[in-house]
Amino acid sequence: MSRKNFLNVAGWFAFFSFLATAVVGAIRLMVPRVLYEAPSAFKAGYPEDYIVGKVNENYKDEYRVWIVREIDGFYALAAICTHLGCTPRWLSLEKMFKCPCHGSGYHKDGVNFEGPTPRPLERLKITLADDGQLLVDRNIKFLYEKQEWSKPDAYLNYG
Amino acid sequence: MLGIVEQLRDKMQRTEVYKSIFRHSYQDTQRNRALQILDNVFLHLHPVRISRHATNIGFTWGMGGITFLLFIILTVTGVILMFYYRPAAEYAYDDMKYLMNDVAFGPLMRNMHRWAAHAMVITVMLHMFRVFLTGSYKAPRQFNWVIGVFLLTLTLFLSFTGYLLPWDQLAIWAVTVGTNMARATPFLGSEGPFGPELGMRIDNDVRFVLLGGTQVGPPTLLRFYVLHCIFLPLIAAVLMTVHFWRIRKDGGISGPDVSTKKF
Repeated sequence: MSRKNFLNVAGWFAFFSFLATAVVGAIRLMVPRVLYEAPSAFKAGYPEDYIVGKVNENYKDEYRVWIVREIDGFYALAAICTHLGCTPRWLSLEKMFKCPCHGSGYHKDGVNFEGPTPRPLERLKITLADDGQLLVDRNIKFLYEKQEWSKPDAYLNYG
Repeated sequence: MLGIVEQLRDKMQRTEVYKSIFRHSYQDTQRNRALQILDNVFLHLHPVRISRHATNIGFTWGMGGITFLLFIILTVTGVILMFYYRPAAEYAYDDMKYLMNDVAFGPLMRNMHRWAAHAMVITVMLHMFRVFLTGSYKAPRQFNWVIGVFLLTLTLFLSFTGYLLPWDQLAIWAVTVGTNMARATPFLGSEGPFGPELGMRIDNDVRFVLLGGTQVGPPTLLRFYVLHCIFLPLIAAVLMTVHFWRIRKDGGISGPDVSTKKF
């Protein structure tokens, strides 16, 4: 390789290396390191404070989660419509969740019964924390259509 | 004996400054007509001569030109709106309300921006429809059709990013629904084909980068604002430049087939 040839190759190599580094850096810059969002797991108070049969909406505004108290335990529903991601409303008189965007409807247990949504609401991991409070982790989802609702953490047995 | 006015005019027309701005005379000659177009940075985008059919509005509908006019209107009104609008979650909605209720001519500017945006989507569609009907996408204009497709996409992206900026319920949920589609991107989306296999999660996939978070929030507003006001218009302007230049290079505005004489 002649000197001229080498300088030519080296020059272009440097140019494209710089360009590639700059592009990679620009893409990395767009991925935030810190999120100012609510944490994925949160404590939801003591089980005794929940009323049997009621859908608790206290954690909907901040975490988009409903916590439902049944006679023998708890389950947590993600308040995210499985159609296109809006927030449904709990209609306590009609005993159903209705999405204002396109009219999807869900029973109290999260199973869909009307509207365009193809599948039930997602349940979230619910356990008891060390201090006896309910602990909901929004990162762990349980999907009805994958028969995951029967898994241990999808339902908290509590007498 | 010249009058004082004529003397002054003659003197002025011989100055360096005058000759720098007006570089040719206005005598109605073929040469001067051509120079009027060629010597003006704005007018030189026009062809110096056009064929008779180019003035026939029934063939082109003027839709490309109308789209460009709407883009100019959107740029001007958009810049005016930027004087009052702050793209932060605390201020955005209130600034929009301020513009609509208390700023002089604020509602006019915002409504012009809004309606021109809607109209531009429609005229771009009609422009494409006309180009398709007249077969103007065929050789030698294939390349310009492709640029046009990119411009259509940019128009839709501009429309979509602008839709979030009022920061009301409609905006937030429309963008929530719209950006949920990005989850299904192949390879780069957390719910798309091969996405999970490549390690894509809700907090590192392409939607996350677009939103600046896992949900539509303040970082999304800022990102969409920058995309809407700087990034997308800049790319659109560059592509429009190429689009217009290509028209000339491909033989001028398309017209009826002269050889068949059926027009």
